[in-house]
Amino acid sequence: MNQTDPAPKQSNRRPWNDPRVRSIAFQVIAIAAVLWGGWSLFQNTLANMESRGISTGFGFLDQTAGFGIIMSLIPYDSTMTYGRTFVVGLLNTLLVSGLGIIAATILGFIVGVARLSHNWLVSRLALVFVETLRNIPLLLQIFFWYFAVLQNLPSPRQSLGLGELIELNNRGLYFPAPVTEPGFGWVIGAFVVAIVAAYGIHRWAKKRQLKTGQLFPAFRVGLGIVIALPLVVYALAGAPLGWDLPHLQGFNFTGGMTIIPELAALWFALSIYTASFIAEIVRAGILSVSRGQTEAANALGLHSGLTLRLVVIPQAMRVIIPPLTSQYLNLMKNSSLATAVGYPDLVSVFMGTTLNQTGQAVEVVAITMGVYLTISLVISALMNLYNRAVALQER
Amino acid sequence: MSNTKDLPPPKTEIGVVGWCRKHLFSSWHNTLLTIVVAYFLVTLIGPLLNWLIFDATFSGTQPSDCTGGGACWVFINQRINFYIYGFYPDPLQWRIDVMFVLLAVAFVPQFIENFPKRKWFGIFGLTGLPVIGYILIPGGHFGLENVPSSKWGGLALTLILSYVGIVASLPLGTLLAMGRRSDMPIIRGLCVIFIEVWRAVPLITVLFMASVMLPLFLPEGMNFEKLARALIGITLWQSAYMAEEIRGGLQAIPKGQYEAASALGLGYWKKMGLIILPQALTLVIPGIVNTFISLFKDTTLVLIIGLFDILGAVQSTITDPAWQNVTTEGYVFVAFCFWVFCFGMSRYSQNLESKLDTSHRN
Repeated sequence: MNQTDPAPKQSNRRPWNDPRVRSIAFQVIAIAAVLWGGWSLFQNTLANMESRGISTGFGFLDQTAGFGIIMSLIPYDSTMTYGRTFVVGLLNTLLVSGLGIIAATILGFIVGVARLSHNWLVSRLALVFVETLRNIPLLLQIFFWYFAVLQNLPSPRQSLGLGELIELNNRGLYFPAPVTEPGFGWVIGAFVVAIVAAYGIHRWAKKRQLKTGQLFPAFRVGLGIVIALPLVVYALAGAPLGWDLPHLQGFNFTGGMTIIPELAALWFALSIYTASFIAEIVRAGILSVSRGQTEAANALGLHSGLTLRLVVIPQAMRVIIPPLTSQYLNLMKNSSLATAVGYPDLVSVFMGTTLNQTGQAVEVVAITMGVYLTISLVISALMNLYNRAVALQER
Repeated sequence: MSNTKDLPPPKTEIGVVGWCRKHLFSSWHNTLLTIVVAYFLVTLIGPLLNWLIFDATFSGTQPSDCTGGGACWVFINQRINFYIYGFYPDPLQWRIDVMFVLLAVAFVPQFIENFPKRKWFGIFGLTGLPVIGYILIPGGHFGLENVPSSKWGGLALTLILSYVGIVASLPLGTLLAMGRRSDMPIIRGLCVIFIEVWRAVPLITVLFMASVMLPLFLPEGMNFEKLARALIGITLWQSAYMAEEIRGGLQAIPKGQYEAASALGLGYWKKMGLIILPQALTLVIPGIVNTFISLFKDTTLVLIIGLFDILGAVQSTITDPAWQNVTTEGYVFVAFCFWVFCFGMSRYSQNLESKLDTSHRN
């Protein structure tokens, strides 16, 4: 009877041949190895830090930093704490990443579409752009913009100017800063009201189209309201906005807003480099929509603009979004190359100067890596949400 | 009647004219676009070519030889030895040359279809070549004079960094990818954490960590040179990317292959080693080449922690006051070097990809 039993008894097996026992054993060994490795690293680090006289803990964040930072989005001077330098660096990283993502997306989409243009000259030009720029290291491109282009601009005395408004020289790009006067709140309020109204019109137009089939130019009307309403209120409130113009004082310009050359070099290089990758992603996405879709849309009588908006782009976006996310993440991580030209980003300020002054390598490196990990997770979570919205709805 | 010849197509539809009409002037806005772009190109390319070639100075020995108003390539000529070999002693540079030749022997056949036994050349490149390099470049054995790693530099260092990074991260990445696909939750969790953490942080923080924190982690008395520390950082970082590429390959192998291997009675390691990995790794060669390209470009970052790769070498010489403003020449030279390598490799991987692609989408 026993011979015909299809399932052999567990007791017949040697325990080390049982896959379950083996898997548990492997995992116990793995955990033990990781714990032992972590523990010995910890012990080594403690011993090494003690022998070198490095203090531990996060108390250094409250100590006075004592060094200046050339650009800060929040008030900062050298009497503030190391914790403040962390915030300044983080904000600068976020600033250049945000600017870079916007510019790279716009440029990348333009080049990607140009790559598919029927015009031979345009498509070749886009091809040369992509193939040249994505095969040259980013650091080299940053150096090129910073040392070869921006450093060779004229000095402030011989500044290249556009009227009295915009000044370009080797200290940076200067342009007028808006100065709000009392009453400007009304303009902002009008802007918010206009956006709400445009959204309402869009909803109403969609409902009417579903009910009656009649189209309403909701986008154009909405855009008109968003532009016109704040302008009208601005005029009615007596133009409550002044401009602070840059002017030469001594050896440099003061007043207005400035883009320092470090930021400009980093921003140009990051956007152009990433745009060359985004262009290829966009091209692949558009090509992935089969010709039959376009033909079917034409057969239904949609004109080319509507075909693009309602049929091609929604399907292409599904292919474009996942790799686009990783390009955004790459751009954010690559912004850490700022340290090579001295733009005060998180790595340059916190992992550079602060680490050198305090010597607390473990804490500083852990905080910095933690920040990048968090930003990465947030960007991928947001893009996953968007991806879920555009993904294929399978029933 | 029926054998009257077909009329030839109108002259405006064929030949150069027809091609231009179709590709450049098919509608009025297309024509406008063509004119704008052409004007832009003519105003840009003329001065660019003048600077690069026609007005440039190629021969000479000193700054005063550059009189043409164009690029001063004399500068690059004078420093080319430093850019390729770094501080490697002159009489010993044949060792680097041997490595360059072996590298070409191993990988040029990969570009030529139907080259006899080209697979074995590739396998030699991944196994034998690193061993030879390990003996030859630092020296110190077999009567070879020792050259400390602080003297390595230039293009040779760039190649060493990226090559070691890839070769060392290949086995590590394979193990991580297998771990991530494992049924054991703890092993899988550890692999996921390792991969995601390394992928989320920029290489520059990894390099900083390797150069600042690694000495703190290691027990007293055990220490590495700066280059070795950078290599450890690069390898760990790269293995996370490699793991994701290889995981893609493992996922692409149909389930039937796994089941068939199990049905033959193969254990896990035999199943992986004999059936799954050979197929999966072949599938991901294009992906591995692409990660290699990005690693190759990223090795320039080591100049921030003070190693002289090719960009670091150029960066350190262009500020020489004897030569006036040769910044652009230096950068164009480095850009050209990188472009040649990266463009060649990307063509190779695209070619391979289209050969491996068996789907019939279009």
